[in-house]
Amino acid sequence: MAADATPSPGGKHVGQRLKRREDPALIRGQGTFIDDVRLPGMLHLAFKRSDVAHGRIVRVDTSAARAMPGVRLVATGADLQGVLPSVPVITPFPYPDHPAVTPDKVRYVGEPVALVVAEDRYQAQDAVEAIEVTIEDLPAVVDAETALRGEPALLHEGFANNVALRIISGTGVTEAAGTQDPEAVDNRELDAAFETAEVVISQRMVNPRIAPSAIETRGVVAQYEATRPYLTIWSTTQRPHAHRRFLAAALGLGEHQARTIAPEMGGGFGAKKIYGEDFVAAALSKQLGAPIKWIEDRSEAFLTTTHARDVIGQIELAAKRDGTVTALKARLVADIGAYEMLLTAFIPTLTHGLLSGGYAIPVIRSELIEVFTNKMPTDAYRGAGMPEAIFFVERSMELLARELGMDPAEVRRKNFIRPEQFPYKTAAGNEYDSGEYERLLDATLELAGWEEMRAEQAAARAAGRLVGLGMSFYIELCAIGPSTMFPDGGWEHGSVTVERDGRITATTGASAHGQGHETSFAQVLADQFGIEPETITLLHGDTAVAKQGVGTVASRSLVVGGTALLMAGSKVKAKMTRFAAQLLEAREEEIEFANGEVGVAGGGKLSFEEVASYAYAPQQLPAGTEPGLSEEAFWEPPGMTFPYGCYIAQVEVDRETGEVALQRFVGVDDCGTIVNPLIVEGQIHGGIAQGIGPALTEELRYDEHGQLLTGSFMDYAIPRASDLPRFELGVTVTPSPLNPLGAKGTGEAGTIGATPAVVNAVVDALSELGVRHVDPALHPEKVWRLIRGGER
Amino acid sequence: MSEKVPVEVRVNGELRSAAVEPRLLLVHFLREELGLTGTHVGCDTSQCGACTVLIDGRSAKSCTVFAVQAAGSAVTTIEGLAEGEALHPIQEGFWEEHGLQCGYCTPGMIMAAASLLKENPDPSETEIRSGLDGNLCRCTGYQHIVNAIARAAQQG
Ligand code: FES
Ligand code: FES
Repeated sequence: MAADATPSPGGKHVGQRLKRREDPALIRGQGTFIDDVRLPGMLHLAFKRSDVAHGRIVRVDTSAARAMPGVRLVATGADLQGVLPSVPVITPFPYPDHPAVTPDKVRYVGEPVALVVAEDRYQAQDAVEAIEVTIEDLPAVVDAETALRGEPALLHEGFANNVALRIISGTGVTEAAGTQDPEAVDNRELDAAFETAEVVISQRMVNPRIAPSAIETRGVVAQYEATRPYLTIWSTTQRPHAHRRFLAAALGLGEHQARTIAPEMGGGFGAKKIYGEDFVAAALSKQLGAPIKWIEDRSEAFLTTTHARDVIGQIELAAKRDGTVTALKARLVADIGAYEMLLTAFIPTLTHGLLSGGYAIPVIRSELIEVFTNKMPTDAYRGAGMPEAIFFVERSMELLARELGMDPAEVRRKNFIRPEQFPYKTAAGNEYDSGEYERLLDATLELAGWEEMRAEQAAARAAGRLVGLGMSFYIELCAIGPSTMFPDGGWEHGSVTVERDGRITATTGASAHGQGHETSFAQVLADQFGIEPETITLLHGDTAVAKQGVGTVASRSLVVGGTALLMAGSKVKAKMTRFAAQLLEAREEEIEFANGEVGVAGGGKLSFEEVASYAYAPQQLPAGTEPGLSEEAFWEPPGMTFPYGCYIAQVEVDRETGEVALQRFVGVDDCGTIVNPLIVEGQIHGGIAQGIGPALTEELRYDEHGQLLTGSFMDYAIPRASDLPRFELGVTVTPSPLNPLGAKGTGEAGTIGATPAVVNAVVDALSELGVRHVDPALHPEKVWRLIRGGER
Repeated sequence: MSEKVPVEVRVNGELRSAAVEPRLLLVHFLREELGLTGTHVGCDTSQCGACTVLIDGRSAKSCTVFAVQAAGSAVTTIEGLAEGEALHPIQEGFWEEHGLQCGYCTPGMIMAAASLLKENPDPSETEIRSGLDGNLCRCTGYQHIVNAIARAAQQG
């Protein structure tokens, strides 16, 4: 059945700036976050973590800890061997074993070595301090490019030269997913493009390692009931159903014997999925017969919540002198850290798919090498492989413009995929759904006042000021699906129940954590039924409530989850139509949903309550109909959506201090149909801030011993309010043909597009000093050194 | 573990007392002893401001104060800001202007804003932004938060 997203009369809520229904509780401090969950008899868990990056555990002395007040259990990795399963991975690639608490070798600072369960959190922490661990050091592997030679040590058996994955993709490779066999690659087209190129741009670029930094850290509360047996687990997870699956299996339970609840969550951004600590809490709840709680502290979060990016790219562009790009070649080295988490190795593979950016580049080839080092594993973080791609492409376009002396806007215009070319299959293998890139570029230039900006910049420069302008044009890949594209299922689930009183309870498997689903999904359903959103409640984030689900990841919720809800809604409407036709003695074709009623135009009308009361106590069922009004649906998108946008940044660099002031940030985004502009603006703003951070200040640094040097908000600087200008934003709307809403997704847009715009602006500001490229983060010290004539 | 000592703090207008360890942080006193879980914890280095409350009318990071240091003071938490059903103008502003997404930083932001507006009832955008320097938000990019506070200032 096709979902019907045409608004019913009276339904006019899609497109409205509706205030969020989530907010009244949150602004009164009445949200329930993980640390607010407390159960009678609950015990507290804390971990002893390795302070050495690479080494062999010689001895773990727990005797002092055991004697401390309130301590119920002290265990080492060795004690837990066989009790705990390994931390799960769902990529199609080979991966090393990853114990939740290591019994023998430590591979990154922060890796759990032992644990304590005590009656309160202070006691648990005291006892952890009393555990003594002796580790025999091994050489720390911290530089990805050295690690590739197997130096100075190997991390895992079975992974020669520390290589986790090597994959070649694009032109000349027959497999869509890339090949691991260099022999199977046909280089002729690529070589020809570079041989005949009039201009070649070649640049090494680094996307530094960063920390997702949700303001709420991770946490878990596990309650095992032996008599049923049944596991209830509250966890900061964006993927409650996958979480339940792995946690149940870990305790030898079926999925029917476990329930994962994701309470209100203080941000996720891709980093909150499934971690070893959750398995430990569940297993110990079973062992001790008491609920177990663990809350990560911020210092732990920097060390042990998945990091992101950390990719070095050697990028080469072949072009004609008129600015036409004829080929792009990339060699990518991704430092994935010490182990693999749920999607670690999958994330860098997403970079290849966006190497075409918004451009019709006929030849694209990439080679990706993923390498193990003694650092925290990386995984998805807002953008997941896409910010890397767009950074590489947009820095290269800027370099090309400079090389050719062209206006950066014009180089981009020259290469855009044109509207009539959609659906457009890029040489990197993705099929873009729709877009009018040039229209959006022009809208951005106009909003910014590009010509005036350039004139003002020239005047400022003439006065000796280091003012720079930077542009980026980004593409985002959203709504990952169908299942052939996403390792763990590319669908979403929804259900719609019209209750006996005519109100609607809906559920979605796309569990939200700040995205405002309760509001925007209600808007979508309200229009479908021609009712007010206030009569709809959306539930999510609990596997006992939302029967199935994939989760809120990859900007897919509204597109995939919203459509699944519409599908379920369509089924309910069909049934209501039958009941109403019978009650009104009308033909089904005559029945309409309008203004909160069901009935015949100009004739009899029924309230939702009247139809529902009959449906739940039918005196005469329409033939072939079951009683009740509750339906569910799965929906899998036929393909992915590709929102896009253009950003322009203006910066001024202080010659004396190297400080970069971001003076203006202008942008236009196109995410297809907008359900709630207020929520979309919020997503874009937050995304942009998370893209500006890594451009200017955010960077995780390890020293040569594998010690994290940036382990607190003091050294790892996420943007503050005063670091950011007021964003000047606009939209264009190019609906996606791939779903009935026409939506494309928007969660990651800002993050993908903002970093290259700001970096391009800073490089532009410094260009008169001879600077051609600088890798972020462009913190004052780095910029100051450049001004002083350091590395160029 | 050290001996517990009695403390008495006026919290949201009510006198509350408990015997606590001298090292107990005010934020843990509020959350664990009094069950006022609206005050959050986002860091352990006094940077994020998720734990911001008012002590004797001025904003303070409750993760950086021992419960015993607050003895004899009046503490206002997010739970004490609204007058019954009626939201405080700053809460109203956050709702109207979409000043929150996940809502985790929000109680601290609102309390910091309350203190800011008390000291400067008519702040400029720059003053609002610098007034929030002790509070981190990862979701919103701050623009809607700034709007929320500006709106509250106008209403107030
Ligand atoms: S919890 Fe971060 S400043 Fe208090
Ligand atoms: S709303 Fe999520 S941290 Fe501010």
